[in-house]
Amino acid sequence: MAIPRGRVTAIMGPSGTGKTTLLRLITGQLRADSGTIEVAGQNMRTIRRNGLYELRRRMGMLFQNGALLTDLSVFENVAFPLREHTDLPDRLIRQLVLTKLQAVGLRGAADLMPSELSGGMSRRVALARAIVMDPEILIYDEPFVGLDPISMGVIVRLIRRLNDTLGLTSIVVSHDVEEISTVADKVFLLSGGKVVAKGTPQELRSYPSEIVRQFVGGLADGPVPFHYPAPDYFGELLAPGDDS
Amino acid sequence: MKVLKELWESLTDSLEELGSVVRFLLRMIVLIPASVLRFELIAAQIWNAGALSLVIIMLSGLFVGMVLGLQGFQLLQRFGSEEALGVAAAIGLVKELGPVVTALLFAGRAGTALASELGLMRATDQLSAMEMMAVDPIKHVVVPRFLGGVIAMPLLAAIFSVIGIYGAQLIGVQIMGVDSGSFWSQMRAGVSLSDIDEGIVKSAIFGVACSLIAVYEGYYATPTAAGVGRATTRTVVTSAVVVLFLDYLLTAAFL
Repeated sequence: MAIPRGRVTAIMGPSGTGKTTLLRLITGQLRADSGTIEVAGQNMRTIRRNGLYELRRRMGMLFQNGALLTDLSVFENVAFPLREHTDLPDRLIRQLVLTKLQAVGLRGAADLMPSELSGGMSRRVALARAIVMDPEILIYDEPFVGLDPISMGVIVRLIRRLNDTLGLTSIVVSHDVEEISTVADKVFLLSGGKVVAKGTPQELRSYPSEIVRQFVGGLADGPVPFHYPAPDYFGELLAPGDDS
Repeated sequence: MKVLKELWESLTDSLEELGSVVRFLLRMIVLIPASVLRFELIAAQIWNAGALSLVIIMLSGLFVGMVLGLQGFQLLQRFGSEEALGVAAAIGLVKELGPVVTALLFAGRAGTALASELGLMRATDQLSAMEMMAVDPIKHVVVPRFLGGVIAMPLLAAIFSVIGIYGAQLIGVQIMGVDSGSFWSQMRAGVSLSDIDEGIVKSAIFGVACSLIAVYEGYYATPTAAGVGRATTRTVVTSAVVVLFLDYLLTAAFL
């Protein structure tokens, strides 16, 4: 797998195929047992703790539920990386935070606490926080889960716009076929821990493979079976129970 | 054979757990100097663990002192030495009841709050988010909470003892009629500096133990509702047992 610079790359696949694990490997939250992963020229398997933290300053990550720090306000959440890593004067921090909040449309919510935000709003705040250090790589973990259609559209447009205006490399992990086909330049489809298909969203639609057809078409049964592996149905129903 | 095997396994499990607690403590100790530079974070946690526990500590101190006054008076009266109530209550409070009861209350009030807060931060990805922002959560979140508890505990124990002595005086002198002069003068003569030292050392060590258990359990909690609940329960139970065990060791060491 190679993730191209400056593009939006989607990693898709049914639940439990290792998408999140792959993200954790890319970000160094997990170490690979074998194989190599290189991020910006650094080998993630052998990288030292300091090097990893250095590299993470060039990465932003959007967690599934936003993962805002609940004891800080929206403004302080976005300011958090700046306060931790820079000695910028308060005035400049204020301006940086407000411009990033403006970019996600939530400048007016700067004084709210995370508990007062809706799901879509907290994800946008988290997005502002992820870009406040001007990263080169932005990673989205399931950004569309549990959002209403309006918030979903907002996030889709933000992913595209931020990628193009800030010159980012974006990686989106998701299983929403519709949204991904509007936003992604390149798609990797995983199944059972392996890449089963790659290409543009259009190429994937006509991909000659059962699993891809099942996933893209949203079919209930196929290579990923509807039934969890179980013993014979009638045999189990007719079998004598414990209390007979 | 099976019983022996299970015993052996549970022994090695406990040793492993103990080892990882010690490793966690060492990792925190390494980060303490960097953390102290951000004193405002620690001050907020002293407020959290200390100031917010004051009411329960003071109230309990008062009642423990009052019971001590009543029981001590009944006992000492049999030997006709009620005036010794002051010294008896003071030594009991400063050396034993102050540090121990404060530690137990601290585990119940502040320890559980710490463990569940950290557990929920883990469950809502806040700790992973910090790591992804290149901020070490142990340095930024765990160490300030640990130090806050360590600093707050001796202060709380001292307040507990003072209020307790007042409670004993309230019952002994004001109600049972022990002579006020001899109550206080015997106390002053009978309590030495080494008794106070023993109380301070005990409460400092209990502070380290209770805070360590709380932040460890919270930080490594299983990130689910049941997991956070279990971490909170374990914090109280483990803290109580460890405090009472350490209390015996320390008392024996000071003899």
